[in-house]
Order: sequence, then structure tokens, then C-alpha cells
Amino acid sequence: MSSRRFAFAAAAVGLAVVATPALAQGAVADKWRWLTFLVFGAIIASTMFVTYLAAKRVKNVADFYTAGGGVSGLQNGWAIAGDYLSAASFLGIAGLISIWGYDGFMYSVGWLVAYITVLLVIAEPCRNIGKYTLSDILAYRNNPKATRIVGAISVITVSTFYLTAQMVGGGVLVKTLIGIDYEISVVVVGVLMLSYVLFGGMVATTWVQIIKAVLLVTASIVLVIMVWSQYGFFGDFLNNVIADVKVQARVAQILGDGARNMSPTELGTRFLEPGLLFKAPIDQISLGMALVFGTAGLPHILMRFFTVPTAQAARKSVIWAMAIIGGFYVLTLFLGMGSAMKVGADQIRAIDPGGNMAAPLLAQALGGGADSLLGNFMLAFVAAVAFATIVAVVAGLVLAAASAMAHDLYVGVIREEHVTQQEQVRAARIATVIVGAMAIAIGIAAKGQNVAHLVALAFAVAASANFPCVLLTLYWKRCNTGGIVAGMIIGTFTAIILVLVSPNMTYPKALKAAAQKVVDASPAKIEKLTGDLAAAADDAAKAKVQKAKAAAEKDLAAAKGTLDKFKGDDTSIMGLEKPLFELRNPGLISIPLGFLAVILGSLLYRDKRAEDMWDELYARQNTGILASKAAAH
Amino acid sequence: MADASQMDWKAIVADPRFHALHRKKTVFLWGLMVFSVVYYFLLPIGAAYFQELFRIKVFGPVNVGILFALSEFVVAWGIAFFYAHKANAEFDPAAAEIVRDIEKKYGVKK
Repeated sequence: MSSRRFAFAAAAVGLAVVATPALAQGAVADKWRWLTFLVFGAIIASTMFVTYLAAKRVKNVADFYTAGGGVSGLQNGWAIAGDYLSAASFLGIAGLISIWGYDGFMYSVGWLVAYITVLLVIAEPCRNIGKYTLSDILAYRNNPKATRIVGAISVITVSTFYLTAQMVGGGVLVKTLIGIDYEISVVVVGVLMLSYVLFGGMVATTWVQIIKAVLLVTASIVLVIMVWSQYGFFGDFLNNVIADVKVQARVAQILGDGARNMSPTELGTRFLEPGLLFKAPIDQISLGMALVFGTAGLPHILMRFFTVPTAQAARKSVIWAMAIIGGFYVLTLFLGMGSAMKVGADQIRAIDPGGNMAAPLLAQALGGGADSLLGNFMLAFVAAVAFATIVAVVAGLVLAAASAMAHDLYVGVIREEHVTQQEQVRAARIATVIVGAMAIAIGIAAKGQNVAHLVALAFAVAASANFPCVLLTLYWKRCNTGGIVAGMIIGTFTAIILVLVSPNMTYPKALKAAAQKVVDASPAKIEKLTGDLAAAADDAAKAKVQKAKAAAEKDLAAAKGTLDKFKGDDTSIMGLEKPLFELRNPGLISIPLGFLAVILGSLLYRDKRAEDMWDELYARQNTGILASKAAAH
Repeated sequence: MADASQMDWKAIVADPRFHALHRKKTVFLWGLMVFSVVYYFLLPIGAAYFQELFRIKVFGPVNVGILFALSEFVVAWGIAFFYAHKANAEFDPAAAEIVRDIEKKYGVKK
């Protein structure tokens, strides 16, 4: 035990050294940075303390992967919310609403509806059948080796995509908020997450996720109450949105020429109507499918159901999670629209074009602005919550990927289950270090890459490979090893390949053509504006033209930069000049294909074990017979 | 202690009580599942193809689109509570009865 304690202390000291920041400019002013670090420090210290306590409780491999099955339904509900509400949904959706209005809110709905699938057809059977990993469910009646290999590949793929998005997003976020170097924040997130998982396993991960979810919900409630006290509740609030000058200006900016004949009230009203952001409905439907079916196939979410003692507790935890997650998204409507009024889309987009800074900036403005102590305290708090969010999600992902590596591949396939408890725990810890180091390396290597589509891709792979396989092995009698192998491989590869040839990738030729157009048109435009400037009647008109000229010059510089960047480069990484496939999210095609692959693979393959085991699996998944022993044997 | 390999699962599945439980659950769960998926996809479809309908104001500043999006939350919660109620009141006791008999028969320790 003493060597463990020493290692823990060493990690904590190492972290403190790494965390000594190299500072640049961020949303938090230099003067107030100490406040942010104070709040960060408090949160890190409390999670470290929890990890220290948890480390003593991790004695065997079941403790490490599933907290020994001793998490209550309520605790697990909060932990699921903490595992699921990533920075993308916390900051991203508030940002989308603040910039695009109604469409952003509509986007949030699918993230909640996804849990109906989890609740009705996945959570309880998985609790009754599974032990530690998604592949345990697949291996139950199918060839264990074959299904563990394909299952682990898919789990590691999904987790790596999700992890990369979180690490890169987290690095950018911390840099934008407080100006710590990207590489340092990636390493800090990685080391923190590693120390939680390595020492405290699922026990610490669960508590870190609970702490984060409670902080996130508390912060949102406080902010929303402040927004309401200023702008009124529901009806009054929406009237204020319509009447807000910043909102009206933003809608006019989005609609461009189309806004010419609209009155200010019409512009404001338009913010509450669909269609400002989403132009291709089929994309929305495809993404919706990936969300609604993919969540039920996310390994880090499925793994949470092995931590509760019974199917009833699994059910209760999904219901709690739905209440928390849904309540949070409803609050996000007010956070997003509140920041559209209080801060304004222009200022939000000036710091981050994706809108991720909407909630932090709203907190600062509500507290009294950039120069006030309360405003900066609130900004620091929201920034620290965002940071805790990333760490908690990353910890869950690393545990899921490490369990696939250690439990499925090493223990199940390589050692064929002939391993002692000690060896299993050691394998789990080694796998955790490997996955954690990989996450840090990928995070640093992917600096500056656009990773926003990776979360959607993770959902798409989960929906196209994991979901059909888990669902059909649980509910379809004829499903067998052939179907699982075919479904996993075809589902995973179809989703990835369709994204690689989709509009999500960078197509230099199209970008250069657009940039060239700007470069060609700019001199004349700037010349005209220079003329206008000389002819401007008063100071107000002058300022307006000046602003337009500055914008035109900026566009020109950006276009020249694009031309430079892609010089001599005409094709995407797949060697394409333009997308082969128009959907941004592959779900609409890849999910049905995944199902088809499982069905055809099963029908074309004969597997006596899968048939013989059906009665046993079906009786157990429905009744929970022997389920309490599943975690122990 | 009995383990899974010693149990006669064919007989358990053939139990009429298990059969009844399985049928009730299947109809209920997949019915709710289909309803919730259809209801969800009405939102992006409506927002794309029925924008005029979504713009109609119901009261004050509140339009059909906002009400419909909020109703998605209410429906999702409603389904969750409806299912939990049904499972607690019907499925769990039925399953518990079957499990009790099997555990008695095979001497599974609690």
C-alpha cells in the first residue's frame, strides 16, 4: 500500500509542476487569473481527495472496472449525466443557441431522446447479462474470441474518436479561457484523468463524474436564475429576445439581403423560428439517427450499467439521468438566448467563432462585467466547471477503452481467461496507462485540426456497429457469431469511410476557388469603400464605412492565407477534389447497413452455441436470474 | 451452488408465466420505442418542411416550433415515467415470481 501512496503523491506533485502555467491571452484577464486558478485548484483538490479515498477501495478487478457493482441508482444517474454532458454539449449547445437561436435548441433534443432507447431496450438486459465490457454481452452466446476481438476494435475506435475530440476541444477551451498553452493543458487533462483512473478505477471515475455533474447543474441553475431575474421568465423572456437589438442585428447579419424588408420585430421573431442554421434537413435526420441509436452503443455509457447491483437500479439510474440531462438542456435554452442578449453574438464569435464562450461570457457579464470581482469569479467558476467536464468525460472514455484492451483482448483472447485477480488488475492498470498516454499523444498531435465532426463520427460508429450487434444478440434468436463479426466490421468501416469522403473533410480545391474569388473581387471593393470613406457625410457614416473596409481587408488577408496554405495541394486526404457523399453524418446509410450485415451474417453462418445459449440468455436478460452473481464469478 | 450450465433453461423459457411476461414486455417496449422515435423525428422533419406551421404563434411570443421542441422533453420524461411505473408494477413482480421458483428448485443462494 505504501508504494501506491507514494506513487499517488508523486503524481500529484508532478501535476502541480506541470500546471505551473505558461500564460498567454485568454478570456480571463491577467489580473483575475489567480481567481480562476483558485477555483481550478479547489476542484482538482476535491477530486484528488475522492481519488485518494477511492484508491483504498479498489481491491479486485470488479472494483476497478465496475466499482464492485456497488453504485446506487441515484448515484449512477448523476454519473451518467457527468459521463455524457461533454464540453461539446455544455458549452457547444449554449453557443449554438446564442448564435443561431431556435435551431440550436432543436439540436439539443436528440441528445435526451437518445436515452429512451437506452432505457427501454438496452440498460436492463445489459445489466443482467454483462460483466465489465460491451464485448461481454456479445461473447455470451457467440464465439467469445471472435466477438471479443471485433468488439474491442470497435470499442477502442469509438472511444479514440471521442477521446480525441475531447482532448483537442479541452486543450483549445482551456487556452481560450485562461490562455494556458495548448500542449500544457492537454498534458494536465491527461495526467489528472490518468491519476483518477489508475489509482481509483471506476470508484474514483464515478465520483469525479458525480462531482462534475453537480457542479455543472448548480452553475447552470444559478446562471439561469440570474438571467430570469433580469429578462423575466418564459413569455417575458421570449418577448425580450424578440425586442433585443443585438438579437435583431444578428438575424439581419445571418439573412443578409433577405432581411432588407423586415421590421426589427420580425427580425427578432425570426430568431425563435427554425431554419437559420440548418439548411439540409436530411443531415439533421441522419445526425438524429446517430444520436438516438448511437448513445445506446457508446461503450463508456454501457459500462456505467455494470456498476449498479440490479436491473431495477439500472432503470432508476437512466430515469435520473434523463431528468438531469433533459433539465440541463432546457436550462441551456435560457443560457443561450440569455447570452445572445446580454453578451451578443458578435462578441461571442469574436473570441470563438463556434460560440463555445457563450456561457462563460454570460457568467462574467451577469456578475457585473469584465472588471468586477463577482463577474470574474463567476467566469472562473464556469471555466473550472468546463475543465472538470472534460476531465470527467475523458476518464470514463479511458476506462472503457482500457477495459476493452485488458479484459477483452488480453484476458479474454490472449490468456483465454486463465489469469489471477492480481494479474487482471495489473493488466487493467497497464492498459489505462497505455490508453492515457495515447490520448495525450493524439491530443498534442492533433493540435489545430478540426475535430468537431469526430464526436458525431463516434456516435455514428456506435450506432452502426455496436448498437445493431448488442440489440440483435439480446433480442433476435437467430443472431450469431457470423452476424456479430460482419456487423461490427461493416458498421464501423462504412461509417468511417463515408465520413472520409463527406463534406466534413477539407477540400483544398473548393476552398482555393472561393478564396481566389475573394482575392479577385477585393481590390475593387476596397477601392470603392475608400471612395465612400472620403465622401461620408458625418462621423457615424464614416465609422460604418471604416468598419466595412476593415472587414474587407481582413477577408482579403484570410483568402490570401488560404491560397498560401493549400499551395500545390488540390485534393483532400482521400485524394478527392470534392466530396463523394453529401451527408455530413453517415448514420442514415451506415446504420441500416450495420443492421443488414448482422442479419445476413447470421443467416449465412451456422453457430450451434449461439442457438443453444439463446434460451439461457433470453431468460436471464428478461428476469435477471443469477444477475447478482454475474459480477462475482 | 448452482451455476448457469446446470440449469434447464429450455424448461424455464417454456414456463407459461415466462412466455406471458416476454409477450407483454415485447409489445409494450417496442410499441413505446417506435412511438418515441417517430415523435422525435417529427421535430427535424417539421422544422425543415413545415416551417410555416412552426412559425404560427400560439400565445404571446411562443410559436408552434418552440412548443413542439419543449413537448419533446415532456414526452421523453413521460415515456420514462410511464415505463418505470409499468415495470415496477407488472414486469418486476412477474419476473421475481419466476426467479423465486427457479432459485428454490436449484438451491441458488441469495
